[in-house]
Amino acid sequence: MAQQYAILIYGDESGWEDAGPEQFDQMMKAHGAFAQGVAAQGGKIVGGEALGLTSTATSVRGDVVTDGPFVETKEALGGFYIIEAADLDQALAFAKQCPAPAGGVEVRPIMDTSGGAPGA
Amino acid sequence: MTEVQQALAEAHRREWAFVLAATVRVAGDLDLAEECAQDAFVAALATWAERGVPRNPGAWLTTVARHRAVDVLRRDQTLRGKLPLLVDANPSTPGPAEQEETGVIPDDRLRLVFTCCHPALAREAQVALTLRLVCGLTTAEIARGFLVSEPTMAARITRAKKKIATARIPYRVPPAHDLPDRLDAVLTVVHLLYTTGHTAPQGDTLVRAELVERALDLARMLHALMPDDREVRGLLALLLLTDARRATRTTADGRLLLLEEQDRTQWDQQAITEGRELVLHTLPRGRPGRFTLQAAIAAVHADAPTYADTDWREVLSLYDMLLAVWPSPVVVLNRAVAVAMVDGPAAGLAALDAVADDPRLATYPYLAATRGDLLRRLGQTCDAAQAYRTALSLATNTAERNFLAQRLTEVTDA
Repeated sequence: MAQQYAILIYGDESGWEDAGPEQFDQMMKAHGAFAQGVAAQGGKIVGGEALGLTSTATSVRGDVVTDGPFVETKEALGGFYIIEAADLDQALAFAKQCPAPAGGVEVRPIMDTSGGAPGA
Repeated sequence: MTEVQQALAEAHRREWAFVLAATVRVAGDLDLAEECAQDAFVAALATWAERGVPRNPGAWLTTVARHRAVDVLRRDQTLRGKLPLLVDANPSTPGPAEQEETGVIPDDRLRLVFTCCHPALAREAQVALTLRLVCGLTTAEIARGFLVSEPTMAARITRAKKKIATARIPYRVPPAHDLPDRLDAVLTVVHLLYTTGHTAPQGDTLVRAELVERALDLARMLHALMPDDREVRGLLALLLLTDARRATRTTADGRLLLLEEQDRTQWDQQAITEGRELVLHTLPRGRPGRFTLQAAIAAVHADAPTYADTDWREVLSLYDMLLAVWPSPVVVLNRAVAVAMVDGPAAGLAALDAVADDPRLATYPYLAATRGDLLRRLGQTCDAAQAYRTALSLATNTAERNFLAQRLTEVTDA
């Protein structure tokens, strides 16, 4: 029985503000290698996306719309994966391989909402 | 206490971890396993009084606890579906039915220890879980040991257990490539338990015997389960050699006695012999780790007839090795004391300068206390007084505060 985890990729965006195609290709290659590695080690990537920079973000709280990310931090959420792993140890092993050169990643279990109240 | 009660208390102390660890495998859930293990101890009280104490109390308790877990799960299939079952990484190991045939209960205590000390848990949660699950202490006892309220400790333990289940922290001994790091976390927890008990960071007594005893029990258990691991041996040796001095660290009225003031004839020679043997057995086999080196330093002190006649050069060279494998500011501080003994207090002060502004020592009273001591020996009483005042403002243990206040009076009067 596998568990799903989110791998949230955080990092300092400043290096991306004037990134060229070379840097982009390099990142795509690194993520391609990561995806292959996870599959080769018996895990599964269920989904994942890269997010636009926080300068393109708009936040909404109630009716109030503001420019910028919900939380201002030096290391911003830049992308995520949803993966499947046997347990936290395997998920952490994948997380260590996930490219995050300008920061790091956070691993969170995906909540199973089908069986009633969570985590009780 | 009746004979049965005594046998039960003894079994709780010695067998709790074994009973619980073996029950977790059947229950698949820490809370259920704990409940069943507790039920087994309650059942033992009546049954043993009637039929006598079994030859192997641990096996008796484990069998009862495991049966109870199987019963609960059978009776309540819905509960089984709801329980966030612990991940058992080795399904190839025999299930309860097979074990009943062979009569062998697997020793899962290492799984339990490594789960409690998983790096995904905060250090304070690791410590609390280890005391609760491996040592079988009640939440109230643990709360007392760390001077926090019982609800605070209960919340800490509940949160940690929930994380183990929800994030699926596996119930297993880590693979070889992860073992050194993961074991280091386990040893750090045991050492932290010991030091918390040995120099209670707050309060009116210097030593909290309960924590010290539990840390020694844990170190012995780890040594029995991993007899070939050198750092496990090093940790046990370190605890034994340090604890050999326990009775001499304070006067009858609770005043702190420094190493140089302690009555060495009162040191526990049996503990020293055992610790020394462990060190001698470990040191020559390749590069020693931080616990082994600290044990070796403690062994040099244990063998010295007096403080002045200690082989300080040997101590210093061991600190040099320790600093290489564990570059901690606390090691730099302790090394400076050895430097002062070999090359004089001025050299010691110079060695201390390396960590004078280290933010990690900003609230550590021993830095200022050591500085004050070296200045006092150089006759710089004004500066010494200033350093003792700083140390006094940081120390929280009453015995240590009284000691520092006394030193401050001495240098101000001089």
